[in-house]
Amino acid sequence: MAQIGYSEKVLEHFTNPRNVGTIENPDGYGKVGNPVCGDLMEIFIRVKDDIIKDVKFRTFGCGSAIATSSMVTELAKGKHVDEAMKINRNDVADELDGLPPRKMHCSNLASDALHEAIKDYKGKKKVSRRMNK
Amino acid sequence: MRNIYLDHASSMPIDPRILDFAEPFLKSGFGNPSSLHSMGLESKRIIEDAREKVAELINAEDGGYIIFTSGATESNNLAIKGTALRNIKKGKKVATSAIDHISVINSMKELLKSGFELKIIPVDSMGIVDTGKLNDILTKDTTVTSIMYANNEIGTIEPIKEIGEVVHEKGLYLHVDATAAAGRIPIDVQSDGIDLLTLSSNDIYGPQGAGALYIKPGVKLQPILLGGGQERGLRSGTEDLFAILGMGEASRIIKKEMNKESERLREIRDKLINEILKIEEAYLTGHPTRRLPNHASFRFSGIEGESILLNMDMKYHIQVSTGSACTSKTLEPSHVLLAIGLKHEDAHGSMVLTLGKSNNIGEIPLIIRAVKETVERLRKLSPI
Repeated sequence: MAQIGYSEKVLEHFTNPRNVGTIENPDGYGKVGNPVCGDLMEIFIRVKDDIIKDVKFRTFGCGSAIATSSMVTELAKGKHVDEAMKINRNDVADELDGLPPRKMHCSNLASDALHEAIKDYKGKKKVSRRMNK
Repeated sequence: MRNIYLDHASSMPIDPRILDFAEPFLKSGFGNPSSLHSMGLESKRIIEDAREKVAELINAEDGGYIIFTSGATESNNLAIKGTALRNIKKGKKVATSAIDHISVINSMKELLKSGFELKIIPVDSMGIVDTGKLNDILTKDTTVTSIMYANNEIGTIEPIKEIGEVVHEKGLYLHVDATAAAGRIPIDVQSDGIDLLTLSSNDIYGPQGAGALYIKPGVKLQPILLGGGQERGLRSGTEDLFAILGMGEASRIIKKEMNKESERLREIRDKLINEILKIEEAYLTGHPTRRLPNHASFRFSGIEGESILLNMDMKYHIQVSTGSACTSKTLEPSHVLLAIGLKHEDAHGSMVLTLGKSNNIGEIPLIIRAVKETVERLRKLSPI
């Protein structure tokens, strides 16, 4: 049977999202989406020795936008940044027991936001290495 | 926790009195109204009785000017395509407001394929049709102009009588979609100058699966469903007797109780509006006074409507509606909210409350608390 509405897991993450908030002076910051389209999310990461020690998010958007943000923070926490870079939209959707088809693209940007945050972290690391030399 | 249903514009429960009324007919079984035997004649009588009751709801001249359809979407399709195509020699232009129902807009878009021209009449920021623009846009060859009596998403009531005067001076026929308005405010097709009017059974506590189209004497249209020639040849197909007799009885009951019920709901509506507008950056959508008595609609900045809907439902067992893109099949925000001038990002944060019989004044504090907490929670989650 085709999926009707959201899975229990999506609704659970929507109702009790994990890791909501911001990190001051984060090691990496990523922001994707656009309020005009109805989805905007930002992810903050704290990294030590290339391991994501802490991650927070804030999201404007629909139920799946909030649930995927929450899920991606759970998946990323404790991972090496290179491993976390491999988390993709399908992984997030699978972990949530699936998303309705029309939500797969528009409201599943959380992994993109995570990737942006990791890229930001790597960029900063390069700069600081150069400065140390 | 008790459920509070605030989405009556989407679907209404059937009035239990209609079930009582229908029960003996359902148990004894229906003949085909086209059959000449006694069982068929009894069914025919049931339909004619329902026609009279629907006619009375809108003060039509006679039940004979009402035809039954499967619902408002079919009535709108028949009124627009049937009338435009039948009168094609008089002109190939049709017009509608920017906030009319999608079944009206899409019926008109379909006519573009037959060489018609479609004119969209703008509305102001409260959703009122600009009659000056209407006057400028309509021409003698505009055969069908369709304007809704009241809007289902923002509750605004249109100046139909004034619109009718312009249409009859400049164009040909006025079709009015009264799905949201019927049973909420008095409708008089004769004094309002309406040529065709759409009604929906389920929007007046009747069963789903029935609608009606009022056709003023003398208005010519062609059918879009062909077959055995039921409903004066304008809508073939064996009649849905349960839905039709239910719609008739629903019309009778709602007409009788409208004034009192609308007064009751208006009081609840006004209290809800007053309290919800106290929330920071909460705005009313639609007209503050020219508004359906059961309708309260808002937008909140910085949050998104589907999240509002989910949060109200899951945490408070309150069912609401939204014009957000995220709940629509097209992923576009409501055309109504864009037409009243909202930016995309503002249109996403809408919430529509439509009241009905099950609601009472005692629910107000629960609703207010739920809305306040929902907005607060989602704003905390939001980076905007």
